[in-house]
Amino acid sequence: MSLYSAETKRLTKRRFTRLFLLGMTLILLAIAAGMFFVNQKAGPEQIASAKAQSQADYQRAVEQYNQDKTQCQADQGTPNAGRWPTNCEGLYEPTQDDFQYQWNMPPTFDFRENFPNMVTTLAALLALVAFIVGASFVGAEWSSGGMMNLLLWRPQRLKVLGTKLAALLVFFTALTVVFSAVWTGLFVGIAELRGSTDSMTSGAWQSIGLMELRGLALVLVGAAVGFGLASLGRHTAMALGVTIGAVIVFQFGLGTVLSLAKVKFAEAYLIPVWMVAWMDKEIKIEDYNSCDFSSAGGCQPDSLTLTWPMAGGILAGVFVLIVGLAMWTMRSRDIT
Amino acid sequence: MTAVLEIAGLQKTYRSRKGVRRALDGFDMVVEAGQVHGFLGPNGSGKTTTLRTLLGLIRPNGGRMAILGREVPEHLSEVAGQVGAIVESPQFFGNFTAQDTLALLAEAGGVRKERVHAVLELVGLRDRAKDRVKTYSLGMKQRLAVASALLKEPKLLILDEPANGLDPGGIREMRSLMRNLAESGMTVVLSSHILGEIQLICDSVTIISGGRRVAAGSVADVLASQSSAGVKVRLEPGVDMRAAVELLRANGAQVSVEHDHFTVGNAGNPAQITRILAEREIYLSELTPMSADLESVFLQLTGTAPVEGQNRQVDQSVVSAPAGGWGQ
Repeated sequence: MSLYSAETKRLTKRRFTRLFLLGMTLILLAIAAGMFFVNQKAGPEQIASAKAQSQADYQRAVEQYNQDKTQCQADQGTPNAGRWPTNCEGLYEPTQDDFQYQWNMPPTFDFRENFPNMVTTLAALLALVAFIVGASFVGAEWSSGGMMNLLLWRPQRLKVLGTKLAALLVFFTALTVVFSAVWTGLFVGIAELRGSTDSMTSGAWQSIGLMELRGLALVLVGAAVGFGLASLGRHTAMALGVTIGAVIVFQFGLGTVLSLAKVKFAEAYLIPVWMVAWMDKEIKIEDYNSCDFSSAGGCQPDSLTLTWPMAGGILAGVFVLIVGLAMWTMRSRDIT
Repeated sequence: MTAVLEIAGLQKTYRSRKGVRRALDGFDMVVEAGQVHGFLGPNGSGKTTTLRTLLGLIRPNGGRMAILGREVPEHLSEVAGQVGAIVESPQFFGNFTAQDTLALLAEAGGVRKERVHAVLELVGLRDRAKDRVKTYSLGMKQRLAVASALLKEPKLLILDEPANGLDPGGIREMRSLMRNLAESGMTVVLSSHILGEIQLICDSVTIISGGRRVAAGSVADVLASQSSAGVKVRLEPGVDMRAAVELLRANGAQVSVEHDHFTVGNAGNPAQITRILAEREIYLSELTPMSADLESVFLQLTGTAPVEGQNRQVDQSVVSAPAGGWGQ
């Protein structure tokens, strides 16, 4: 337990950890402030203004229609008649339904509709910070010699590395829970002031809770992978280098090659698609170069649905592989 | 006396694309309780590999090790609380203060927090305890490393180059600290290249070269074993020294020429020198046995003495002392 609390203190005392958390908090506050100022509450005043606007648009369209119709009829029998439909029969007369007032409503924050995107934003940002802080936490220990010092005190390699990882994961679990709670509260407030929470049911709240839990899993995998890669390479730069390499090779390189090769469902090889599948429970990828014919629907593109259990399996596999390799090398390699 | 540290037949082999390198080749070492023991060897001789292996950082390929009577690495975690060590250069996280660094180590090792202030005072860092380690000089980092090793009040203290980077005052303080610790009953193993210091501080030494032990015992015994063979020879004024040197060399003597005299390094029987030279009517004005210091013994045993016109490479050393002496 003393080793665990020492590692937790070491993690929280680090300037790197504090700076990254401060930076992330400022970014999140900027996003929340942006959402607050961009959105407005949809009250009777806004509805009346939107209705007036749509009515004015409708009137303008009708006037334009009448002008065009008059001009068309005047142009019949002249060379200008070609500019108009034959006998002016194809001219479209606008209707009131073409100008719905909702389109002129200012943006408003509908909690049920908009907050899931905010949960994904929070989870992605936290996972990125967890990856970098996790990598630096163990990478700096290796490169500064702190790890060797610690092993002179506690010559139990797996216990030392395992305790460090546990301290990191518990820290980010607590951090994610607190940030998720504050983030949810903040956006409930924004929705109350600049939108609505009316459509929230107990089922919708449960769905938000489960989504935040999936976000927590993403953060923990991010932390563990950063930690594991830096421990394998015994340097923070190892984790960052592998990540940059993976982004270049898998996202840009592989993405370009697969699309040039016209590989079916090429997006399924890209990491962000799997993240969206994990957070949004599923994602549907369509192949527009194919035709799945049915008499009722005609030609429909083939589709592949990636679900959250599939994405969860990949996340678990990556977690086990990287952490397992880091533990194995810790046990077997000489520390020089 | 009981042995606090025992190493027998220790082997460590590194394999790489360039081939196999034996860093330790059957190395033996014994350190008795309450001693300050010097651990000497040229660069690349296996000193640090030995210490790292002993402390569980490197896995040996063979041999036996024991600390405080317990076999290691099997039982290292049981004795780790009684062993304080610094290996190679002091390494700490630069953004933490000395106090934080030691407090975290104390917490991880279950040591009382009061020890942090005590050891900072002991190594002279009390007034800089709240400064970040990255602002420290090499000597101050060295003091901090010694403080970290002393934190758990060890029975065995292993220090690799503790005087590295220290100013002359610091070296003297370190010397008296070592002596005080030994007097309090602590056993200290000291690896250093400052041989004058080792000679002053240590009760016993082990010298390693090429991964093997080439000498061991009390400092006096090691010096005595090598000092009987050398003699200083001075000729009568005006006598051709070069002819005398060539004559002795032709008879197998190892002669080093100095400004106004020469020395014979392997003079097991000094009478042989007088006889050979007298036969050519060359007479001596001085023939005195040389008392070796630890530096010359070290250079002789490890074969690392500089040779004029040659650049010695780091792995060039001998693994055993020359046996016997010329003229016996």
